Amino acid sequence: MSTSDYDPACLPDLLPIYYRRLFPFSQYYRWLSYGGVSKNYFQNREFSFTLKDDIYVRYQSFTTQNELDKEIQKMVPYKIDIGAVYSHRPSQHNTVKSGTFQALEKELVFDIDMTDYDDVRRCCSAADICSKCWTLMTIAIRILDRALREDFGFHHLLWVYSGRRGVHCWVCDDAARKLSVAARSAVAEYLSLVKGGEETARKVVLSDPIHPFINHSLSVVEHYFQQYAIVDQDILGSKESVDKVLALLTSHIKKDLTVLYKDVKDPMKRWDKLCNLVECKKSTIKKGQYFDKEIMLQYCYPRLDVNVSKGVNHLLKSPFSVHPKTGRISVPIDLKELNTFDPFEVPTISLICEELERPRADEAEEDDMKDKENEQEAGERRRIRDYKRTSLAKYVKVFDRFLEAMARSRKGEMLKKSDLQKDF
Amino acid sequence: MQFPVRRKKLIGSSQNDLYDLYDHCLQFYGQPPLENISLTEFETFAVERLKLLKFVENLGVSFGKNSEQYGKKLEAEISSLNFPHKAELSEPKVPGGISEYDKRRKDHISHFILRLAYCQTEDLRRWFIQQEMDLFRYRFNYLLSKHKADFLHKNNLKYETVSAEEKKNLQDKLIASSYGLSGAKVQEYDVYKVPFQDALDLVRTRKVYLLAGNAYIPHYEIVTIVLNDFRTRLSKALAMTARSLPVVQSDERLQPLLSHLSHAYVGQDYSIQKNIGKISLEQIDALSVKSFPLCMRHLHKALRENHHLRHGGRMQYGLFLKGIGLSLEQALQFWRSEFVKGKVDADKFDKAYAYSVRHMFGKEGKRTDYTPYSCMKVILSNPPSQGDYHGCPFRHSDPELLKQKLQNYKVSPSGINQILELVKGMHYQLACQKYFELTHNVEDAGFSLNHPNQYFTESHKLLSGGRDIKKEVDVSQKSQENPANVPRPSQANSKQAHEEMGDLDSFFQDE
Repeated sequence: MSTSDYDPACLPDLLPIYYRRLFPFSQYYRWLSYGGVSKNYFQNREFSFTLKDDIYVRYQSFTTQNELDKEIQKMVPYKIDIGAVYSHRPSQHNTVKSGTFQALEKELVFDIDMTDYDDVRRCCSAADICSKCWTLMTIAIRILDRALREDFGFHHLLWVYSGRRGVHCWVCDDAARKLSVAARSAVAEYLSLVKGGEETARKVVLSDPIHPFINHSLSVVEHYFQQYAIVDQDILGSKESVDKVLALLTSHIKKDLTVLYKDVKDPMKRWDKLCNLVECKKSTIKKGQYFDKEIMLQYCYPRLDVNVSKGVNHLLKSPFSVHPKTGRISVPIDLKELNTFDPFEVPTISLICEELERPRADEAEEDDMKDKENEQEAGERRRIRDYKRTSLAKYVKVFDRFLEAMARSRKGEMLKKSDLQKDF
Repeated sequence: MQFPVRRKKLIGSSQNDLYDLYDHCLQFYGQPPLENISLTEFETFAVERLKLLKFVENLGVSFGKNSEQYGKKLEAEISSLNFPHKAELSEPKVPGGISEYDKRRKDHISHFILRLAYCQTEDLRRWFIQQEMDLFRYRFNYLLSKHKADFLHKNNLKYETVSAEEKKNLQDKLIASSYGLSGAKVQEYDVYKVPFQDALDLVRTRKVYLLAGNAYIPHYEIVTIVLNDFRTRLSKALAMTARSLPVVQSDERLQPLLSHLSHAYVGQDYSIQKNIGKISLEQIDALSVKSFPLCMRHLHKALRENHHLRHGGRMQYGLFLKGIGLSLEQALQFWRSEFVKGKVDADKFDKAYAYSVRHMFGKEGKRTDYTPYSCMKVILSNPPSQGDYHGCPFRHSDPELLKQKLQNYKVSPSGINQILELVKGMHYQLACQKYFELTHNVEDAGFSLNHPNQYFTESHKLLSGGRDIKKEVDVSQKSQENPANVPRPSQANSKQAHEEMGDLDSFFQDE
């Protein structure tokens, strides 16, 4: 309803309201301080802003939450990116001796972008998404979340909707933030199954033995494949899409299937025929016992941009940043509600600003407290009151839970450490 | 780090100490050598090791690192350059040859000399570490298992092993993850458990089982963990070496030597722009057909057709264009005019893309890495994905699609077959060289291709009459055959530049 009322021209008017009354600065600061365990962690963090008229400024850094708050309200960025924690304050990088200013740590991040699937989705292309192809994101999140937790042992993952056509994952564990470029690149490659550019038709090649990671991923894909690929994307419906699928098979299977498909028109039956044929041919062809699995993976398996994950200094869009084209807020995704997550229900900046204007029910007693607080506290409490009245509330809650989990884990670590020391 | 060097050859200190150091043919290079050697030996050792490392680099592109041919060829080269590969120190030397002890000493000293030459920049370090690792990997794998165990013991490398019970629980998963592992082997031999960060090569290729952040490594893959250790140590050591470098460089006998070492053999990198402005934008379409290597022709075509290229493509192609002589202004005009035909308006181009073009020309930021990509770099890093047109077509395209493309470019069927054979054998640069020979109608390209800009330079030289080809070949061959008389790089470069300027002039006068 009102989410479709977003007009990019209103951004200059809405952003100041958003930053003054809705952006969750205190949680944001809490996140990036990571419990204050490392000195100057927040102070040495790089932010970059895209301002009005596409002016881009890098190496922004702040000393306190208050300064962050004030500067953002002053500059009114259209887009906020988060970079690495450096050896010195980024805003002072020009004063540092050349070569000594270095990126030290950053979250391990992943960027899944729907345009990377253009060769295998028929419903949309480029920046468009719809409920049919959104399943690809669901699949990607399920597969990657499991692997990052179970295989790599990470615990603190924040999944964020990018605001238009994809999702980001921020892996915030200590160990993740300290990973080298080589390690990040290795993790990204481990997670990559779909390889090849325009010049490669068959992008997934499986061979024996099948690694447990691939098996886990396959079971996720299999769960969604029939509904997503056969029904929604109708990959075995029209001649054009059938040809694309057949191009991934060897010539004899292709020939046999083409003949079979003359009589069999129902896509689900066609898929069954394909699987049966591959099964039959297993004994005769050595390579290609897994054609059916390869097809499923090529159409559904997550495609991530290794370059985004590799660099320690790579800048990525910040959670709670606004997407200038759609107006949607980059909100954290609650994995418990993943199946019902709808990107089109994500609040836009115009919606939440509008929600602010609605009459307030129980503000009476709070007004009395106003005189006794200082400006910052008052601003914060007002902000907390404010976002709670908007659709943003539930997403901030997801973020809160994420922060709680990290805090608990840090506490656990400290107890462990002090126990060890006591034994001495 | 001590590195005393005197003109006269002095006998080293306690022979016994050194004997201990060299009792294993492989080492981690933890201790620097502490003897005195002559300048001649200093230079010879360094140059020969460099030859070996360059050999390792080229071999790795043409052959799989675990293949038989790789092993045979590397063994031959190690032998001919008198580096150690025999297991026992006491093995008698070939009459007239060098003792195993002396080979190990050379191995030790030459490694440390090259550290001095290769510690200074990120690029040099990365290259040096990569080749030393490949060499180490080969030599470690070549050891008998008792010598492997000796090595681990000598270097205090203890890795955590997995309990029998855990092995049993994970047996199926372990077998499915590690090539060559069977149930019997899992039970009988050790399986090591290390944090995944210590086994990146296995993680990257998904050749290992991961659980809760740990990699489960079968005994025969121990080399991977050892390699990781090797890399970490060498990386740290190079950083430390860089810090003490000023002292070493102040020794005038060493400075020119070290400088030659790091420049003369890593090859021309086309980072110094010659012929700036000698090419006009109108000529690019024709040049792309006549003189561009396939990868750049491909990128150019994609750019013309789609009026856009993604980041990987812009970098690979943009730097190549800089290398052939496009000026910054020309480059900006080139990219802008093409992008504007697509979905990007002039304003957006100036805001979003112009920055990165200027960056390539060193006008923004302080990136040092922006030299045109060599074939090695294009083949080995940043493989293309959906929507990308960069990479090496011989490496990254489906053979079927490559064949079609070559047919479209009117390459003869027999030529195409030759190319495809080379691609099958993973000889991508040779395949490109063959493409050069077929499109230029010559029997022999006359050069050994390792850089797209080299392809272009050789092509226009050939097309402009071939006057200077022989000379160029002689200069580069000479430097490879007479290591003791390394030509001063600055002289050679300016000579080449002058010649190329002249050639380029006459080339374009014909148009």
